[in-house]
Amino acid sequence: MTGPMKIGGMRRLKRLPVSLLLGGLLTALVVGAALLSLVWTPFPAEQVRVVARLRPPGPVHWLGTDHFGRDVLSMILVGARNSLAVGAAAVALGAVLGVPLGLAASAWGRWGDEAVARLGDLLFAFPAVLTAILLTAALGAGAVNVVLALGLFNAAVFARVARGAALAVWRRDFVRAALALGRGPLSVTLVHVLPNIAGVVIVQGTVLFAVAVLNEAALSYLGLGIQPPSPSWGKMLGDAQTFLFTSPLQAIFPGAAIAVTVLGLNLLGDGLRDALDPRHRSAGLL
Amino acid sequence: MLAFLVRRLLTLALTAWLATLVVFAVLEAIPGDPALVMLGTSAQPEAVAALRAQMGLDRPWPVRYAGWVGGMLHGDFGTSLTYARPVAGLVADRLAITLPLAGLALVLSAGIAIPLGLFAAGQQGRAGDWAVMAFGQMGIAVPGFWFAILLILLFSVRLGWFSAGGFPGWEAGAGPALKALLLPAVALALPEAAILARITRTAALDTLREEYVRTAVAKGLPRRVVLRRHVLPNALIPVATILGLQFSFLVAGAVVVENVFTLPGLGRLLYQAIGQHDLIVVQSVVVLLAVTVVAVNALVDIACAAIDPRPRVTA
Repeated sequence: MTGPMKIGGMRRLKRLPVSLLLGGLLTALVVGAALLSLVWTPFPAEQVRVVARLRPPGPVHWLGTDHFGRDVLSMILVGARNSLAVGAAAVALGAVLGVPLGLAASAWGRWGDEAVARLGDLLFAFPAVLTAILLTAALGAGAVNVVLALGLFNAAVFARVARGAALAVWRRDFVRAALALGRGPLSVTLVHVLPNIAGVVIVQGTVLFAVAVLNEAALSYLGLGIQPPSPSWGKMLGDAQTFLFTSPLQAIFPGAAIAVTVLGLNLLGDGLRDALDPRHRSAGLL
Repeated sequence: MLAFLVRRLLTLALTAWLATLVVFAVLEAIPGDPALVMLGTSAQPEAVAALRAQMGLDRPWPVRYAGWVGGMLHGDFGTSLTYARPVAGLVADRLAITLPLAGLALVLSAGIAIPLGLFAAGQQGRAGDWAVMAFGQMGIAVPGFWFAILLILLFSVRLGWFSAGGFPGWEAGAGPALKALLLPAVALALPEAAILARITRTAALDTLREEYVRTAVAKGLPRRVVLRRHVLPNALIPVATILGLQFSFLVAGAVVVENVFTLPGLGRLLYQAIGQHDLIVVQSVVVLLAVTVVAVNALVDIACAAIDPRPRVTA
């Protein structure tokens, strides 16, 4: 009984796109690191020990220490948590604002469509970094402003994607049948349209998650994102740049953590798209 | 075409106007007195009162908004508190660095991405295709500012070929100035090139499936000629659209990369203005950049409509 089931499981696994498997693995690694930091880090991530400053990687501090003597590995683990939290919040905010807007635009016809398109144009005019700078100038730096800035930009993307996908669903026969049976636009949207665009929205959410991680890191590098003493990968890179000549390795690890996270999420997004819609299937991993 | 042009220009004007409203509204929402925020809590009451008068804070907001937008339409962006200079002059000085930087990055990114994308399409499914697409994935995943730091680490710290930052000024000559812009431009170009290479590949593959391309191949034209004469011009339409959309990422990237290399461009001006609470500079530069993004996107749309032969053929 176990044998055939195992073979069936392996076959199913082999049929999954490689990008989905690799992306899932990398993402699981980062999520695992973030979860681990909730219960364990080699040292307290915010513990300053000036006597141990700028130590190279070694048996005690596996990835070395920074200019305050803080353990880099511990900071990277906690940084994963902060980065993922900001990314997830920005994607959630974008989806909560953008998907209903996109759905409404597809249901309301020309004027609703036009209004959402113009709103999208306006939000696209402000790259997330610009919005974050504007919000920081008005309200001060912090993670909440980063989530707001990234979330607003994401909302525009979600609205466009949801609208495009929903328009295609509205043209399908089962939707026309539901309308002919007397169902209202709201009911059709919730019962028929939304479930059919969920896949596209999830794929887009994965890609926007990756973009949010990149932007959060850039904003924290500038000092506009997550504020010290809470560790963030971007801020770690900003600090490491000051010590490039004396301690160049400090500039490697946080950047690699960002790259692995973004690569994992992007591959996961590509893989999910391929798995949900085989017409898009690309050449293997890529 | 004329109707499209008029409609697109009207949309551009509407979005630009809305952008000014958004920026004005966000800075209006500052809790407390903006003059006090700019001068700090230890400022003399007379200085705060003088700044309030200069900013027109004693007038109702619609009057201030109209005055601000009207001034900008006449090239008056206000006076910077930190530099005690008109913002328009400051912006013009900084653009002399940011524009060549963005231009160089755009040229580098298109120069790398378009040949790579075409090459990958020609090699579909083979090792060359995989290599280009792997470059694409990595280029998108690597943060531009980290790549910039790695470039400094290699070319400035290890090899000593470039300085780790700063700008000698155009008066030092085009050679040293361009040398100072080269690493930042490469850092800015990498993520754009990665995205663009993938788009070019997809566009070229779509075009390769068209019947006129099959006809050209059947006529016996060499593959290189088919790619250059038939595939490239048609694949360039989506590529140009993406290039336009990437402008906004280039603007955002420039803000970060200029700070990595301490280049005194528009991005660094904006960043420093936050630390200095120079809200007049923040307000004007953000609007300027947002309107530029909108205008570039509109221009790309118009250019694509003009070069796309299909509507003309249909007509």
